[in-house]
Amino acid sequence: MVNTGDTAWILTSASLVLLMTPGLALFYGGMVRAKSVLNMMMMSFGALAVISVLWVLYGYSLAFGDDVGAGLLGSPTQYLGLAGLMEDTTSEAGGLPTMAFVGFQAVFAIITVALISGAIADRAKFGAWMVFAGVWATIVYFPIAHWVFDFTLTDDDGVVTHVGGWVANNLAAIDFAGGTAVHINAGAAGLALAIVLGKRRGFGRDLVRPHNLPLVMIGAGLLWFGWFGFNAGSAVAANNTASVAWVNTLVATGAASLGWLLVEKLRDGHATSLGAASGVVAGLVAITPSCAAVSPVGAILLGAVAGGLCALAVGLKYRFGYDDSLDVVGVHLVGGLVGTLGVGFLATAAAPAGVDGLFYGGGVDQLWRQAVGAFAVLITSFVLTYIIGLVIQKTMGFRVDEEDEMEGIDNAVHAESAYDFTSLGGGGGSLGATRSAAATASASTRGATA
Amino acid sequence: MRLVTAIVKPFKLDDVKVALETVGVAGLTVSEVQGFGRQKGHTEVYRGAEYQVDFVPKVRIEVLVEDADAARVCDVIVGAARTGSIGDGKVWVTSVEDVVRVRTGERGIDAI
Repeated sequence: MVNTGDTAWILTSASLVLLMTPGLALFYGGMVRAKSVLNMMMMSFGALAVISVLWVLYGYSLAFGDDVGAGLLGSPTQYLGLAGLMEDTTSEAGGLPTMAFVGFQAVFAIITVALISGAIADRAKFGAWMVFAGVWATIVYFPIAHWVFDFTLTDDDGVVTHVGGWVANNLAAIDFAGGTAVHINAGAAGLALAIVLGKRRGFGRDLVRPHNLPLVMIGAGLLWFGWFGFNAGSAVAANNTASVAWVNTLVATGAASLGWLLVEKLRDGHATSLGAASGVVAGLVAITPSCAAVSPVGAILLGAVAGGLCALAVGLKYRFGYDDSLDVVGVHLVGGLVGTLGVGFLATAAAPAGVDGLFYGGGVDQLWRQAVGAFAVLITSFVLTYIIGLVIQKTMGFRVDEEDEMEGIDNAVHAESAYDFTSLGGGGGSLGATRSAAATASASTRGATA
Repeated sequence: MRLVTAIVKPFKLDDVKVALETVGVAGLTVSEVQGFGRQKGHTEVYRGAEYQVDFVPKVRIEVLVEDADAARVCDVIVGAARTGSIGDGKVWVTSVEDVVRVRTGERGIDAI
């Protein structure tokens, strides 16, 4: 008999997590200039399109197939095209249909790829991005998801029925919902791509302020909403663990937003809306790996530290001269490290994960496991992404022409403009654009034959 | 005929409009403009990165008047737009050679 409560919650969570990617598109889209908002949002929607297909074809199998060796990779052929998974075998014992888990994990893969796009705003060829998305998911994300999310399973007699990845099982690092696999991974990849593509024209000199902060705040709100599915859904059940994760996801995020605003107020004199929204995301990132391992009060502490540190970390790109345009490094890499390493300090055996960290008398045992997991993912992701980016740059080219970048990538790459501000022209009026002769001709032909 | 052009603070637009109506001005043109004078711009901070915004938003008001009315209209605008602080703007008067009302073809003072 299928567990209907669990199944309902996981399908709901999967849908919540899916909404995070359009939410991210708004969050990122509002932060770029009006001439490149569509391209920014299209990189998220492109990831939705490509990764959902690849996940079904072979991604799930690479991540959750039986391990092919050393906990590094799942069998690429075991669930090719989700073979055999339509038949419900797992839920007979009161479990969750495997397809619900397939769907839940698919949306994690999508958002992770989409997160990277913030590092290369305003300047990437759309085709190159789509190729990158598919290749990166295949070579970097699917294997790392196997490391972190694929747990070894045993049956009632203690016989191993499925062998999972090395970070989750051999190392036993705690990453509840993806501080390493999602955030450190995307952050390190963003850093590598920002270096490969180079700076935008006028980086650090020109005014590149966000064109629509309300969009950024709506996006942050949708991310927070969806993140309850991300974290509480990662309990893979509708139970107490999910509930603890939910509350920690609420309170760490609030504390992080406070932390970011406090840094701004003290340093710059103003608490900004962009700071509030950024603090929300920083807190969500930090509580992702830790939401089942810390107490609610621990979550407040972790969130506040993450918000404050990320607010400082977003300035690093100016010091080191890499154009991580929307701070994927400063928020996701730094926030992911705070959360993942924070487990080593703030974990308490009273929480569902049942492990004591350094501050709760557990010594450094969990801390070193967290550090090894975090840096293994960081280094792997950075090196592989750098290589993938460089190959794309040298073959098909990753960056648009200087002229297209200056005039606006929306028009150059997508032949669209996000906004029509004028009633005089631009939208087909007498002073602006008129329908091209070819389009008008074909329209009248259709009219004649209809 | 004269063209009176005024650059004023945007929140003073309504006061200026009302003041001009009370002295019998029958029409004016308004546009949103940006620029800087002694007031200079302001700074904005996004994720800790500080940007100097050089141009300040202002409103430009243009009124066509008869020669004799120019000085009075000018004084009315100055009176209505003044706050006494920096950035109040400027008013200037230029000569206009000819004016035509598009609907009727009337010229000169008749067209004002």
